[in-house]
Amino acid sequence: MDIKKYISSGILELYVYGALSEKESREVSRVLKKYPEVKTEVEEIEKALLNLSAATAPNNAEHLITSIKDKLTGTSAKTTPERPVRTISWITYSGWAASLLLLIGLFTFFNRTNNLREELRTAQARNVQMEEQIANARENAKDAEELLAIIRDKNVQRIPLRGQEVAPEAYASVYWNTRDNTAYIDAKDLPEPPRGKVYQVWSLTMQPLTPTSIGLLADFKADDNKVFSLENQNQSEAFGITLEPEGGSETPTMDQLYVLGTVAAP
Amino acid sequence: MQQDALILELQNGNQRAFERIYHLYSESTYGIIYSIVRDESIAEEVLQDVFLKIWDKAPSYNSNKGRFFTWILNIARNAAIDKIRSKSFKNNQQNLTSDNFVDILEAKTNFSEAVDAIGLKKYVKALKPVCKKLIDYLFFKGYTQKETSEELDMPLGTVKTRNRICIDKLRAMVIK
Repeated sequence: MDIKKYISSGILELYVYGALSEKESREVSRVLKKYPEVKTEVEEIEKALLNLSAATAPNNAEHLITSIKDKLTGTSAKTTPERPVRTISWITYSGWAASLLLLIGLFTFFNRTNNLREELRTAQARNVQMEEQIANARENAKDAEELLAIIRDKNVQRIPLRGQEVAPEAYASVYWNTRDNTAYIDAKDLPEPPRGKVYQVWSLTMQPLTPTSIGLLADFKADDNKVFSLENQNQSEAFGITLEPEGGSETPTMDQLYVLGTVAAP
Repeated sequence: MQQDALILELQNGNQRAFERIYHLYSESTYGIIYSIVRDESIAEEVLQDVFLKIWDKAPSYNSNKGRFFTWILNIARNAAIDKIRSKSFKNNQQNLTSDNFVDILEAKTNFSEAVDAIGLKKYVKALKPVCKKLIDYLFFKGYTQKETSEELDMPLGTVKTRNRICIDKLRAMVIK
């Protein structure tokens, strides 16, 4: 977890305000218990807010403590004096019974209100999530439009790359813009690379067979649309993608060749 | 006493712990309540109710759900808001002004000993207008991120990041 980034995201301020949903708050509480620097940060935010709100108090409230303490329940400040034993009539019993019923009624009512309030909160939190999803969807749509514009360019040539021995199901496409020397790799149908491995894209020229690396499909997992843009200055006759150790290799590991495709002659 | 231990003592019904908690939080709580009800004697009354609630409900506070300060803050804001919605309040009060905490600071002359409020006032005045609004809504009024975003016509994410910048400014003044 990137703690610096987490702190600077602004979530901790909302946490102290109480402006997060219950679920989000619990999550922050967990992080806070794990990382001392997050705790320190929260304490400082709290201190600033404590001082700010204290400054808006109209006067000193210290003196009120006495009257508050007098009203505290469950303390033995006031002991009731012993009363003479009285005979208990049926009126007392029914009185108690009535109070008990009333209490039960009140309690049920209170519970129901609380549940409703909780439901409302959840609904509000869900709304926020939906809004974020819509915003994301909009962004994705924009990305898709841009992609479409790229592959529709008249200088673009599409080269399909077929799955090879290690991965017959794999498939990829290269959209090669020969004018601005860019190769867009659509790697949607490549399996996710195992840990510590990365896909490397090669431009190949035949006779003699010369592979030239044009780059890595970095952050494969995190990339949503799995389209990567790489610079390709070569007079490529074919493209191939191999699985290489992290950081890439000088020459392709041929037994890890996932996909390969030749450029159609002009 | 350590904060956690103090809270535990409070939850066990220790009156001394309650006094310490009162000392630590009453002024800030009073400020929050006052900024909502805008009447000294009503604010005092609500403050007392709030601390009685803190005493009664302390066992239900759970640090996995949030900060103790936030817990108190919620009780205080809810109590103050309930108050201004109550009938007796509405009958007695003229229309509440749309001022916020900045105006309260402005109007104030005598300040608490605990905080250098005059220094604070100067800096708060220098905060950007959007910061004053964000802090007012999110902290003093207890709006959610979404409500704030609607009120200020600002994207949700911006509310979060912008507010962070504002609080950073505030911290620079408060913690020196």
